[in-house]
Amino acid sequence: MEIKEKKPLEKVCIICAKGNLEDVYASLVMANGAVMEGIETNLFFTFFGLEGITKKSMNHLHTATTGNPAMKMPGGLPFPTMLGGLPGVESAVSSMMRKQMDELGMPPVDEFLEMITAGNGAIYACKLAVDMFKLTKADLSDEVTDIITIGEFYELCDGDRTQIIFT
Amino acid sequence: MEKVIAGKSVDVDTNGYLTDLSQWNKDIAIEIGKEENINEVTDKHFEVLTYLQEQHKNDVALTIRGVGKSGIVDIKQLYALFPKGPLKISSKMAGIPRPKSCI
Repeated sequence: MEIKEKKPLEKVCIICAKGNLEDVYASLVMANGAVMEGIETNLFFTFFGLEGITKKSMNHLHTATTGNPAMKMPGGLPFPTMLGGLPGVESAVSSMMRKQMDELGMPPVDEFLEMITAGNGAIYACKLAVDMFKLTKADLSDEVTDIITIGEFYELCDGDRTQIIFT
Repeated sequence: MEKVIAGKSVDVDTNGYLTDLSQWNKDIAIEIGKEENINEVTDKHFEVLTYLQEQHKNDVALTIRGVGKSGIVDIKQLYALFPKGPLKISSKMAGIPRPKSCI
């Protein structure tokens, strides 16, 4: 017998483990999108992903200008890796990218985190990574609910309509 | 397709969004609200709906961020008014198309 009943997602648990501009935004867009759909959302930052919730760095994230084959010059020509390695280039390219995102109505990271918690999404930091980078709760965005272990994270992932997404 | 909402026959898409804003009235908003588990539609709800309709008429892409900056409600209040679908449910109640925004 064919089963036609739809089983919509009830919960997503998103893991952000990288600190590049695009990686952090991928997690933020997916988390906020889930909150907007009424899906219970947990967003877990670990390793270099912590850059995205550290007060000092979160609004100045960079994209890699070396070792990034998808990087293009304005106009579409390939971006030479040698050029990407020059001092200041990564910074300039990243700030240009953030500006373009702003023009599309994408909020800066701090505001994005607020949007997620405004809809009852929860944001967590990984204890192991926080210890490793010698950070404290005070270094992290006020929107961070708690610093938790991976075991506690898995406890948050209960439910048979839950998905874990690793970006 | 046609659907009778609050005693009035209106054109809707497959998701139940009105396809012709001119057929909209406040009773329709209240009725759709009930379907979406919003049992009490307040003046604040209508302020948001009116704002959305104006933005739609001006061809402005809707985002919750935009509504949050409208001066009517902040994002937290928007979620409180339209739980589980701040933009989706409010657009449905406002009689405008399902939002295409990702933010």
